[in-house]
Amino acid sequence: MTVMTERKQQAVSEPDLQNVWQWLEEVPDPEIPVLSLVDLGVIRSIEAQGGELVVAVSPTYSGCPATRIIHEDVAAKLREKGLSAFRVEAVLSPPWSSEWISKSGRKKLAAYGIAPPQASGKPKACPQCGSAQLELVSQFGSTPCKASWRCLSCLEPFDYFKCI
Amino acid sequence: MDKALFEFLCRMGDNTLVLGHRVSEWCGHAPVLEEDIALANMSLDLIGQTQLWLGLAGEIEGKGRSADDFAYLRDAFDFRNLLLVEQPNGDFGKTLMRQFLFDGFQSVMLEQLAISKNERVREIAQKVAKEVSYHLERSSDLVVRLGDGSQESHQRMQAALEDLWPYVGEMFLDEAEDAVLADAGIAPQPSSLKTAWDELMLPLLGKACLEVPESGYFQKGGKRGTHSEHLGFILAEMQFLQRAYPGATW
Ligand SMILES: [Zn+2]
Repeated sequence: MTVMTERKQQAVSEPDLQNVWQWLEEVPDPEIPVLSLVDLGVIRSIEAQGGELVVAVSPTYSGCPATRIIHEDVAAKLREKGLSAFRVEAVLSPPWSSEWISKSGRKKLAAYGIAPPQASGKPKACPQCGSAQLELVSQFGSTPCKASWRCLSCLEPFDYFKCI
Repeated sequence: MDKALFEFLCRMGDNTLVLGHRVSEWCGHAPVLEEDIALANMSLDLIGQTQLWLGLAGEIEGKGRSADDFAYLRDAFDFRNLLLVEQPNGDFGKTLMRQFLFDGFQSVMLEQLAISKNERVREIAQKVAKEVSYHLERSSDLVVRLGDGSQESHQRMQAALEDLWPYVGEMFLDEAEDAVLADAGIAPQPSSLKTAWDELMLPLLGKACLEVPESGYFQKGGKRGTHSEHLGFILAEMQFLQRAYPGATW
């Protein structure tokens, strides 16, 4: 028991921040599980502040129901790694942007069948067949962060990750 | 100053709370599946924004009240929302028109709040503005399509505009607190937003082939807690669980 406590304290006083980033790479986004929280760009910073680890998380949309689960998942991962002195903080500013999705995250989205966000505000290609003949079905898709599109070549509907 | 800011934050939060609840009433009833999902998502955005505004109101007040406390444990006379947002949904056209009129107001309001001298207000505004510009894009697109659509859809949109027009003026009505906040550079006087709203909205209504009613008469009272009979029914549904089972959680 005593040994456990000491190990925990050691982990807290000397957190290897690079490790923490790697741990959070293992935490999937609750709504798009092919993306990690790091891919999604919601982990804003990881810092050691006076013996406490502080993880700052940005919400994607203010009403996103996954926000609370994301905070809980981060905490669960840190606990699983033996940390006890940490804080998960919500950070609003600067507001999260779909540009913060990592390069690998964009690839994972496309492979999963979700067209990644584009600066033009519309998807570039159908994630199924690659066609550029596309039409908007609805500005809102299955979650607040997605819009609903359809491919005019293969006729498949697909989600497009909105650009905000 | 804190008292004025508290009042203002309640107005912002109560607008999004009441409208969010109204829009959520469509869940499972919209004309097509895509619209059903869109309305539910809009509502989710609005409730999320409410958390931010009312959460900050609670911090400013300093009595330990949370956004949930404000939503579930106040009576109608404590609500500071515009009368516009508590108006019944009516048909799909009326719901859209109400959203459109409000999105325009939020859009010009947030533009000013995004440069507020209060850092917390500024942060929330910058976050929320991104969502609202998306809402306005959607509502204006649909208002134009339906206004400039079939004879039936045009008539419904024109009727919706006439029904809701008497609630537009209240958006630009200044209250005593507004001067205090404007002097401090925290929030604009609502009357100062009217020109920007006109410039943004009137061309869109023109594009939608809709005629703006001429009457300058408008209903007011929401910002001071004098509401239409509709708000009580909304609260009865929204607050039932916390009133019947105080402190119930998921
Ligand atoms: Zn295709």
